[in-house]
Amino acid sequence: MSVTFTLDGRTVTARDGEPILDVARREGLEIPSLCTLDRDGYGRAGNCRTCAVEVEGERALAASCIRMPAEDMRVRTTSARALAARRGVLELLAADRLGARLTRNDELRAAVAREGLGASRFARTAHRIPIDASHPAMSVDLDACILCTRCVRACRDVQVNDVIGVAGRGHEARIVFDMDAPMGASTCVSCGECVQACPTGALSLANGASLIEPDREVPSVCAYCGVGCQVSYAVKDDRIVAVSGREGPANAGRLCVKGRFGADYIAHPDRLTVPLVRKEGVPKRAGDHVDPRAPWTHFRTAGWDEALDRAASGLTRVRDAHGGDALAAFGSAKGSNEEAYLVQKLVRVGFGSNNVDHCTRLCHASSVAALFEGIASAAVSNPFAHAAQAEVIVVIGANPAVNHPVAATFMKNAVKAGAKLVVVDPRGQTLARYATHMLRPRPGTDVALLNALMRAIVDGGLVNEAFIRERTNGWAELRAHLARFPVAAMAAVTGLRPEEIREVARLYASARTAMIFWGMGISQHVHGTDNARCLIALALMTGQIGRPGTGLHPLRGQNNVQGASDAGLIPMFFPGYQRVERDDARDRLGTLWGRELRAERGLTVVEIMDAAYAGRIRGMYIVGENPAMSDPDLHHAREALARLDHLVVQDLFLTETAAYADVVLPGSSQPEKLGTYTSTDRRVQLGRPAVPPPGDARHDWWIIHEIGRRIGLPWSYAGPAEIYEEMRWSMLPPVLAGAPWERLEREGAVTYPVERPDAPGEDVLFRDGFPTADGKARFVKADIVPPDEPPDAAFPMILTTGRLLEHWHTGSMTRRSRVLDALEPEAVAFVSPPDLERVGVAPGGRVRLTTRRGAIELSARADAGLPVGVVFSPFCFSEAAVNFLTNPALDPFGKIPELKYCAVRLEAAGPAPTGPPEP
Amino acid sequence: MTRAMWYSTDWSRARSRTATATTAAIRTLSELARSVPVYDPGVTRDLLLERLHEIHDAHGQIRHRDLATLCAEMRIPLAEGYEVATFYHRLGVVRDDAAPADPAPVRVCDGVPCLVRGARDLGAGIERATDRSVRWGPCIGQCDRAPAIEVGAHVVAPATADAAAEAVRNGNVRATPPEAVAFDAYVARGGYALLRSCLAGERDPEGVIATLDQAGLRGLGGAGFPTARKWRTVRSFPGPRYVVLNADEGEPGTFKDRWCFEADPHRVLEGLLIGCWAVGARECYVYLRDEYAGIRAMLAREIAALDAGRVSPVRIHLRRGAGAYVCGEESAMLESIEGRRGYPRHRPPYAAEVGLFGRPTLIQNVETMYWVPEILSRGPEWWRSHGRQGRGGLRLFSLSGRVRRPGVYVAPAGISVRELIDQHGGGMEEGHALAAYLPGGAAGGILPASLDGLPLDFDTLQAHGAFIGSAAVIVLSDRDDVAAVARELMRFFRDESCGQCAPCRVGTEKALTLMNGPRWNVPLVRELSATMADASICGLGQAAPNPVLSVLRFWPEAVGAERSP
Repeated sequence: MSVTFTLDGRTVTARDGEPILDVARREGLEIPSLCTLDRDGYGRAGNCRTCAVEVEGERALAASCIRMPAEDMRVRTTSARALAARRGVLELLAADRLGARLTRNDELRAAVAREGLGASRFARTAHRIPIDASHPAMSVDLDACILCTRCVRACRDVQVNDVIGVAGRGHEARIVFDMDAPMGASTCVSCGECVQACPTGALSLANGASLIEPDREVPSVCAYCGVGCQVSYAVKDDRIVAVSGREGPANAGRLCVKGRFGADYIAHPDRLTVPLVRKEGVPKRAGDHVDPRAPWTHFRTAGWDEALDRAASGLTRVRDAHGGDALAAFGSAKGSNEEAYLVQKLVRVGFGSNNVDHCTRLCHASSVAALFEGIASAAVSNPFAHAAQAEVIVVIGANPAVNHPVAATFMKNAVKAGAKLVVVDPRGQTLARYATHMLRPRPGTDVALLNALMRAIVDGGLVNEAFIRERTNGWAELRAHLARFPVAAMAAVTGLRPEEIREVARLYASARTAMIFWGMGISQHVHGTDNARCLIALALMTGQIGRPGTGLHPLRGQNNVQGASDAGLIPMFFPGYQRVERDDARDRLGTLWGRELRAERGLTVVEIMDAAYAGRIRGMYIVGENPAMSDPDLHHAREALARLDHLVVQDLFLTETAAYADVVLPGSSQPEKLGTYTSTDRRVQLGRPAVPPPGDARHDWWIIHEIGRRIGLPWSYAGPAEIYEEMRWSMLPPVLAGAPWERLEREGAVTYPVERPDAPGEDVLFRDGFPTADGKARFVKADIVPPDEPPDAAFPMILTTGRLLEHWHTGSMTRRSRVLDALEPEAVAFVSPPDLERVGVAPGGRVRLTTRRGAIELSARADAGLPVGVVFSPFCFSEAAVNFLTNPALDPFGKIPELKYCAVRLEAAGPAPTGPPEP
Repeated sequence: MTRAMWYSTDWSRARSRTATATTAAIRTLSELARSVPVYDPGVTRDLLLERLHEIHDAHGQIRHRDLATLCAEMRIPLAEGYEVATFYHRLGVVRDDAAPADPAPVRVCDGVPCLVRGARDLGAGIERATDRSVRWGPCIGQCDRAPAIEVGAHVVAPATADAAAEAVRNGNVRATPPEAVAFDAYVARGGYALLRSCLAGERDPEGVIATLDQAGLRGLGGAGFPTARKWRTVRSFPGPRYVVLNADEGEPGTFKDRWCFEADPHRVLEGLLIGCWAVGARECYVYLRDEYAGIRAMLAREIAALDAGRVSPVRIHLRRGAGAYVCGEESAMLESIEGRRGYPRHRPPYAAEVGLFGRPTLIQNVETMYWVPEILSRGPEWWRSHGRQGRGGLRLFSLSGRVRRPGVYVAPAGISVRELIDQHGGGMEEGHALAAYLPGGAAGGILPASLDGLPLDFDTLQAHGAFIGSAAVIVLSDRDDVAAVARELMRFFRDESCGQCAPCRVGTEKALTLMNGPRWNVPLVRELSATMADASICGLGQAAPNPVLSVLRFWPEAVGAERSP
């Protein structure tokens, strides 16, 4: 309801809920308001009082930032009292807080200047507070702090990390981290939201970076996870000097530590800047180590022509001698859609096989398999922002606060707004603090738990009969199947209480809207597909899909894992998930691509490595992937790579994989190139080049294109736009019909499916039906399959693997970021305190982890969130690569290895080596 | 960076490389975390301050590790627990390696009534006699027995260095509950009959409210808002509704709430429960200042007796302040009851609509509720029949300072300070002549002896830059330095400012600096006063300049200024 009132004699109308300040600014009046930050979630604090205005008939002035106008109210913004108070407050703040400039956007300084105030007449009284430089990326100088609490709101209300507070009272009040810890020693997760929010530079980028005036700001998209945060790269002298969050549809200005502080890897001295070719006569040995900074033991530099010719001729040689099936390629979920499309086309058209895959195989392949089987579509049904519309949010087998931090902030916002959160994870995790229910089942008992939840829903009479009748097939079979899974018996299997399971089942089934998020804890099991089948069945039997605030959201890991799969960078599908077995698809694409296409599915990631080990795959082209770190059972994987006749690796760094290459081609990082990326929300976004590639590194599409030409393809793409357009029309159904390149350039982001260039994309799938033949979804039952390698006397504990907040996957980028590596500098295993005590190791001490496949030594971190008997270790540390230990046993449907479970032995180890690590 | 990272409730970031905690401690914490399965901040969060008191009572201070454990248990972020714990001056938060707390800490009151009776010399004397440093704290509500000190929770008043030393030596740190009229005695003399008649339907809420309306009863905590109108407003909003009894009497020089409780606690509780009945509240809160430890023990006992007596279905929660004057401000008090810092809320909305836990809330001062049963029993005319100089009703005056018999006196509204001193206080102290008086504690301004005939009531002193507030009348004599008193008051406001808004947080500090020395920068002082009065969020900052402006108005020569024409 609008309100009409008088503002400085003018009659004005306020919109519903619009404070006086906003009306005044809309009317063109300049009123300072230092504690106001006009971004989503910040609210208004009304504490700086620099926006004071006079409301006729009131004793004191009002803070216009929070005061709502009333009908016929008479407001004066320029009365003598209002002006005096405003200037008075600014002069008070200036007396203590206007020291050396700390940021180029100093709002206090600007307001003081605008009011024409000279030096403050008040003596300085504030105590000097030493600068806190304990954090590698942020500097805290509370001498400049005006206690506007924008940082507190940033940390608490927006990002919900709850680290910053205001301790003390009155003139002794001050900003603190946790219990007055130095920022760098606090539980700060380094998202930098507070720095972005601070008006005076009291919180600023370390080393004076907030003062740097950039030459340009380049709008782009974050290179790390699948959330798809839009960023702005501040560039000076062709270097990225700062990254800030843009008001993107996914992030609303927010970023996490990787997005904000992790872009400096692109300027790391290890960057490949010229092509390398393997020296004559240097053999490939699985245990070999190549120093990325001094690779001259194994490689020499080469010009582009020589390198490309060598790369291409090696591939052609294998193809001609052994056939296309002896070749394979890995593309990358970090690359653009255009690169993914080009790599898969190169394989299908140039190699003549379907042996192309990427790391989706190691993350959501089982989810994708189950989703295709059940609802014929693998993309998320709803964007993660729909958590805001969900009454109940279920997060299972995912740790979004670490792996999708910005998405997690929206979940926490939803909880603060009243949503109920259920977290299911054997490990304790940060999000649990906000959870209504935290279920911690025994590792590997997911199917038992999920069947029990379904059974409890049936027992409670909470199934959605109408939805089941109209929208699904196979319920009778599933219902009969569930009879074998009584809640109490399954509770005993999982180690949970039956009441907890019933309560969560009731919560989920009876909610008006409920949404399920899952991650690798579901998918990376030999029963990963079964796990996902159960989640799909849960949503179907309760009708929690097809509406806003409901649905299934497998959280995508890589920035473009959705897009790479969409583009056909997988062995069983052409672009747009057209099965390679389908004649019509092969006919259509064969015509488009000018070559008859193979009807047999290609090999998957782990199968390719097995085939290489066995000598059936003899040549590979690996673009931006690092199987020598990411694959399970690395001794085996590295041996497989070493056995290849010909290996071409295209990357930013001389990765562990590149050590086995014949030719290494220096590609470009995401901030150096143009391309599109598809986020977990099915949102295609445009990444723009901010800086040029270093040295003689080249854009990846050009390199792939050149390889294609040199193996005989008649390619002449002009650039990413042309490739994108071809990809767009190669898909069927044409989900990107309404997303032409020009639209992406204009809007930066388009969600698909989108039919017309003038229509918004569809954020909710399956509103009316599923893309199956009869429009109905299918229930698929799941039996309990034990983990492939349960603990035994020799290996009595369970090893589970995953990621860290600061490190991205195999660490090739983040270990080369100064800030990220400073925050998490060493290989670490997370162990429960009782287990650590049992093996006689103090927190921080060295332990050895041994499985049937290998052993590593690393330091131990006491983590009370881990159950006794379980060890967690991230796979980003090359000095103690946990994938030497993991089990390559595959899920039979998704072909995903069981990275989340194998038997391990934990022992005390000697002190850490003091010298450089042994090769 | 020796902070033990196991404090972190963010399990995944508990870093062993900085950890110093024992495995056992980590295990305890993880067990604690498991013992709190349901996240429901609305239920648990408000008990934070009570839990902090439990730790503080046990150890005399709060170590970081205990606070961290508490935060983990209550699922409160460390920063939030820390900011609450450090906001309240009667809670001491220390690092883990701090020495054990003094088992008999001495706190000397530096309120104006105690200062004029030699509190500074007393403090120095105690330090010599006990060989330990004393803490200084704001008014503890013992102004009739100034100078006052606390040894632990034991009040010694009037205090001497010897008495303090003896209490320290004997470890006499416990509060003594007052010998108030107990539940049985109150009932025996006909107490709670009025409430029973209300609950029995013999009276109706509208009728009760109408009676208060006819009496013209106004809120006696200081703001003077018409009581009946407040009750009606709260009733008009949909329930559930709450009632809060503001017993955080912190205005320096005020001790009438203490007097009410010490004299007749059930009369206050009966008024409170009638209020609950009238506005339809099923739960109410008594927010009692921490300084009244003896009353707290007595009230806990009497509320239990009342519950056992099954007089009323309303549940009474007794909550404990922790040393923050600003929490007497009603919205700050609500924040404190909810387990947060005492930050005043922005208004509108007012508490009557959005109050405790976001519900419509009736907030009344102890004295207001003290009079409610009396007015309902004797009728509105009886109440109105009192009063002088055209004013109506009775008030409890807290009279302190340079009078012969300081104390709480029931006197008609509109009485003058001269009458109050002569007819109730036994005249001025020997050898002292009235020079000035504070009609309403620290915030109500300072008036000169020449205005000793003004009627003391709401609305009668504004013209002179003063107000009666809680009727804490502090009498100063010709031997007192008014400018020094004003400076002490500004120091009090600086220490008690919550720090939320800039004009009060920074303004009180700058004002104090400007008030140092014999000559003030008068134009700047006036400008600053205007900024604070106009732009502060709550009454604390808005009223903080009052004593300053009084000095400029009535004693300009004392600060080297010209008398205004």
